[in-house]
Amino acid sequence: MVPGMVALAAGLVLGLQLAWPWLRLAGAALGLAGLVWLVSQGAPALLVGAGDYARVSPGAGFWCLLVVLALLMADALSNLSPGPFTRAGLLAVVLALLALLLQSGVLSDLSIMQEYASRQDAFRDATLRHLGLAFGSLATAAAIGLPLGIVCHRRAGLRRALLPILSFMQTIPSLAMFGIMIPLLGWVGDAVPGAKAIGIAGIGFAPAFLALVLYSLLPVVANMIAGLQSTPPAAREAARGMGMTEWQRLIRVELPLGLPVILAGLRIVLVQNIGLAVIAGLIGGGGFGTFVFQGLNQTATDLILLGALPTVALALVSAIVMDILVELTRPIPEHTP
Amino acid sequence: MIEIEQITKLYDGLPAVDSVSMTVDTATITVIVGTSGSGKTTLLRMINRLVEPSSGEVRINGTPTGTLAKHVLRRRIGYAIQGHGLFPHYTVARNIAAVPELLGWPKEKINARVDELLDLFSMEPEQFRDRYPAELSGGQQQRVGVARALASRPDLLLMDEPFGALDPIIRARAQEDLRRIQQALGSTIMLVTHDMEEAMHLGDRVAVMDEGRLVQHGTPAEIVLRPATDFVAEMVGGVERPLRLLSLIPVSEIVEEGSAEGDALAADTSLRDALSTCLWSGRDAVPVVQDGVPMGRVTLDAIRAQAKGQR
Ligand SMILES: Nc1ncnc2c1ncn2[C@@H]1O[C@H](COP(=O)(O)OP(=O)(O)OP(=O)(O)O)[C@@H](O)[C@H]1O
Ligand SMILES: [Mg+2]
Repeated sequence: MVPGMVALAAGLVLGLQLAWPWLRLAGAALGLAGLVWLVSQGAPALLVGAGDYARVSPGAGFWCLLVVLALLMADALSNLSPGPFTRAGLLAVVLALLALLLQSGVLSDLSIMQEYASRQDAFRDATLRHLGLAFGSLATAAAIGLPLGIVCHRRAGLRRALLPILSFMQTIPSLAMFGIMIPLLGWVGDAVPGAKAIGIAGIGFAPAFLALVLYSLLPVVANMIAGLQSTPPAAREAARGMGMTEWQRLIRVELPLGLPVILAGLRIVLVQNIGLAVIAGLIGGGGFGTFVFQGLNQTATDLILLGALPTVALALVSAIVMDILVELTRPIPEHTP
Repeated sequence: MIEIEQITKLYDGLPAVDSVSMTVDTATITVIVGTSGSGKTTLLRMINRLVEPSSGEVRINGTPTGTLAKHVLRRRIGYAIQGHGLFPHYTVARNIAAVPELLGWPKEKINARVDELLDLFSMEPEQFRDRYPAELSGGQQQRVGVARALASRPDLLLMDEPFGALDPIIRARAQEDLRRIQQALGSTIMLVTHDMEEAMHLGDRVAVMDEGRLVQHGTPAEIVLRPATDFVAEMVGGVERPLRLLSLIPVSEIVEEGSAEGDALAADTSLRDALSTCLWSGRDAVPVVQDGVPMGRVTLDAIRAQAKGQR
């Protein structure tokens, strides 16, 4: 008990001082290590002689401390504002440590890990399905939305007609959207010959996927347009004046200058879809949502967490990776004198 | 030769350029002056068809511009946009290289040309080549903008207030540079400004615009001596007209036999500067030399006679 408490206390003290962000980062890391150590020591100790069906899960105090330490770490990092490569390195280290921790079995006495152990195959399927839903819908939305954005950028009339429709789609509550998909795709599956054979039906993967794509179109198209229009008017005029064709202007000037905004749109969509894909569990779309809704039905908190925690982690990692990408594609270096 | 014929641009039924006709000779500089909003930029942009004329025609060496694809036409015409319009994500070198790249020049030729142009505009290539536009002063940005327009050695150059952001010293130097480049290459230049001084100094011909109309088109001396309208007279600057006139004439034109005391002036000094020298040093006559060889002298009386203008 004692070393963990000491580490936690020292971590909090170091983490709460304001002067040195590096020290704050180290403090937060130390605190987290202490916390994990306490949990890993506490669980088996509590289980001694408690019988086969006993479960241990961390209480509110653990989660509070976890949030506090994570916030400290995030704050220290934003103060340090590390470059994109440093951030990528830090992310890799954190992920490696997390993987090591989960592999090592020190946490295997926790109930959430036991839920995992009894559902390994289902968990793997859910992970693949979740990734498929989030990334697949992103790719599809990008394949439709990016060219659509280019056309809208050139044709003001189309832009004025299309954007309100996409905005409207965005305002449909997610449950309602998934609800609409059921009769709609159900009808398509029944009416169109062959549709059922390729998996189009009222429930399952197809309606969930379609709903996510529809949600994604607005951010993708809107950011594509905003990115392309962020070119300074004088630069666009100069490009026209020197005899660039429309394509050359797009490839050489408008796209590179708009890339950070365009990627920011994809980032929004990716993070949004990782979260929304949970709802897909409701209509049999699979993914981590399956565990969440099973857990809700059985009021099994650990099962809910088994679905929720990976979703949060996935969203966080995607956000960080996309931020790094956005920064790397910034067309003008930051260091202006 | 550029022939502009009855060219008009209407915006919402109102003319921004109102049936302008003029002819620009090859290898000359024509300066378009006028107040803000008089249609100078619009006129210039109708030549490379960034603005489509509502009516009228432009011919370059006899070919109507309407018969060429726009991008082909524009690649032949250098265009320095009002307010530089550099690409923020390109370095100085890539900005200058933009048109040669479009034309598919080989890499070595482009690099050599970039350095040559940077040198020409007094910007050390080593120091400036790899900077981004945001890392330049306003005047440097403008010079890069002009260098970019010159890069492919176009026969025709359109420049919209290219020296607007330069301080008087750099501006004078840039004007000299432009003159020199133009004479060396024999390019045809149409340049927009609202600075009459610059127009007088640079222009072989000056075109004065007022509310979309071309009110006078002639040599600087004609504009000063016989302004076609009150507006032109005002542009030339009422009380300054004699001085403007003197600034157009070199001392070599009125040099006479005889000698004078004090420091000598070069033969290509303007009468305005000669007058200034006389007044400042309290002399009635100043010696004139050409390439170090005495030519004679110029007297205050002779200068005064030149300044009289219309009798
Ligand atoms: N795209 C446009 N739509 C409507 N009106 C325009 C447009 N472009 C120019 N105008 C109008 O045409 C007139 C001439 O504009 P222009 O830009 O040619 O003036 P300018 O002489 O270049 O002025 P400045 O010295 O301020 O640059 C102005 O009254 C302007 O408001
Ligand atoms: Mg203008």
